[in-house]
Amino acid sequence: MRAIYILWLRQIKRYIRSRSRIVGAVGQPLLFLLALGYGLGSIYKAAGRGDYLQFLVPGIMAQTVLFSSMFYGAMIIFDKQFGFLKETLVVPVSRFKIMLGGALGGATTSVIQGSLVFFISLAIGFRPHNWLMAIVALAFMSVLALAITGFSSGIGSFVEDMQGFQAINQFLVFPLYFLSGALYPLNHVPTWLRIIAEINPISYTVDALRWSLLGTTKFGLGPDMLAMAITLVVMLSFGAIRFRYIEA
Amino acid sequence: MIEVKDLTKKFADFTAVDNISFSVKRGELFALLGPNGAGKSTTIKMLTTLLRPTSGKLKLNDIDVVKDPNGVRRSFGIVFQDPTLDNEMTAYENMELHGVMYGVPKAEMGTRIEQLLKLVELWERRSSLVKTYSGGMKRRLEIARGLLHHPKVLFLDEPTLGLDTQTRRLLWNYVDSLAKEKDMTVLFTTHYLEEAEDNANRIAIIDHGKLIAIGSVKELKQMTSTDSLEQAYLELTGSEIREEEVDPHEAWRAVRRARNMR
Repeated sequence: MRAIYILWLRQIKRYIRSRSRIVGAVGQPLLFLLALGYGLGSIYKAAGRGDYLQFLVPGIMAQTVLFSSMFYGAMIIFDKQFGFLKETLVVPVSRFKIMLGGALGGATTSVIQGSLVFFISLAIGFRPHNWLMAIVALAFMSVLALAITGFSSGIGSFVEDMQGFQAINQFLVFPLYFLSGALYPLNHVPTWLRIIAEINPISYTVDALRWSLLGTTKFGLGPDMLAMAITLVVMLSFGAIRFRYIEA
Repeated sequence: MIEVKDLTKKFADFTAVDNISFSVKRGELFALLGPNGAGKSTTIKMLTTLLRPTSGKLKLNDIDVVKDPNGVRRSFGIVFQDPTLDNEMTAYENMELHGVMYGVPKAEMGTRIEQLLKLVELWERRSSLVKTYSGGMKRRLEIARGLLHHPKVLFLDEPTLGLDTQTRRLLWNYVDSLAKEKDMTVLFTTHYLEEAEDNANRIAIIDHGKLIAIGSVKELKQMTSTDSLEQAYLELTGSEIREEEVDPHEAWRAVRRARNMR
C-alpha cells in the first residue's frame, strides 16, 4: 500500500509543480467552450434544441478528463527516456502495484482538471440542474480517468517515443472523442455514426455526465454504468498486462 | 554471493553474451572489464532481472534470479550507466520513494536518508530539485540511493563515467569503505583500468560476449607476462579500436520498432 501511495503522491507533486501543465490543460477546453458554445449556440437554439452551452459542458468535461488521462501515457514515455522507469523496474514491488499507483495519480490529476473546467463553466453561465448531483459527476469522471490512465499506461509501455504516442492519440483517441456525442446530440445523426457512437465507450461517460449534470440521458443510467464498468476493467487489465512486459 | 553458470543471451541471431561462467564471493569487489559491446551491460541487466537470459543459471544471494525476480530484487542495489533519477523531484524525495519501494521501515527512513546524504555530501542540497544538480552530484545521489535499502550486492555499471578525478576518488572511497563496513559484495564495470587495479579483488575480462580471463591483478599480469593491468588488458583483448557499438539490446529494440512501423 505504501508503494502505491508514494507513486500516487509523485504524480500529484509533479502536477502541482508544473503550472504550465495546469494552465495548458484548461486552456484547450476553455477554447472549445467559448468557440463552440457561442459559435454554434445560436444555430442550436434556432433549431429549437435549447441552450447549447448547457448541452456542451458535460462533453467538454469528459474531453478534459480523456485527454489529460491520455497524457499520463506520455509521462511513462518521459520516464523511459529520462531513465527513471528503470529504477521502478528493479524494485521488489509487483508491476501491477507500480502501474496502479501511477495510474491512480494520473487519474486524480485529470479529475482535478475536469473539475476546474466545471468551475470555469459556472463562470460563463453553466448551471447544473441539481447541485448535489454534481458530486455524482465527480464519480463518473473518476471512473473514466482511471480507465483511460490504465489504457495509456499500456500504450506508454510499448510505444518507444512521443511520435508513436501522438499517432495513437491522433488516430484513435481523437476519433473516439469526436464520434462520442460529446459535441452534438446523437438523435438525428446518420445510422453509421450512431452505431459507432453506441460501441464507443466515451459516449457512455458523456451520457452519464449529462444525466448527473442536466438530468437527461440517451442510453439510460443502467447501460451507462454497465458500459463504464466494463471499460474500466478492460482498460486496467490491458494496462497491467502491457506494463508487466515492459523492458528497460 | 553471485553465481553465473553457462550464461547466454541472444538478440535475434546476435549473441551478446556467450556461455559465461564465474562466481563472486561475499564481500568481494569484482570488476567486469571489456571493450565496448563486449557484453558487460547485458550481463548486468540479466543479473538484475531487467533481461531474461536465453539460457544458463543465475544465482544471487542463493536465490534463482529467473525464478524469483522479486526475491532477488530485495538483495541488490544498482547504479545504472545512465541516470535513473526523477529530475522533477528533490534529492530527498527520490531517496524516500526508493526507501518506500524497498520497504525501509518508517522509523528508520529519516535517519538512513540523512546518514547517506551526509556521506555523499548532498545533505545541504536535499531540498533542491534534481534537475538543478551537476552530473557528479547526480551520480553521488544515485549511489546513496542504491545503498538505502542495505543491499547485499551492489552493481555499479560504469559509475564514474564522465566524472572528474576528484569526484571519482571520492566515490571509490565511499564504495570501498562501505563494502568493508557492511560486508557488501560489489560488482562493477569501468573503462578506467586504474579503478579496477586499485579497488577490485578480482577481475574478469570479457570480449565478444566470451569470458577470456579471470583473476586478481597479479594473476592477470602473470598470465600475460606483462607488468601493468593495462598491458595485460591490451594483450588479452587486442589493441585495435572497436566500433562504438550500441548496446545490443538497444539495437535489437530499434529493429523491433522498425518492424512495428511496417
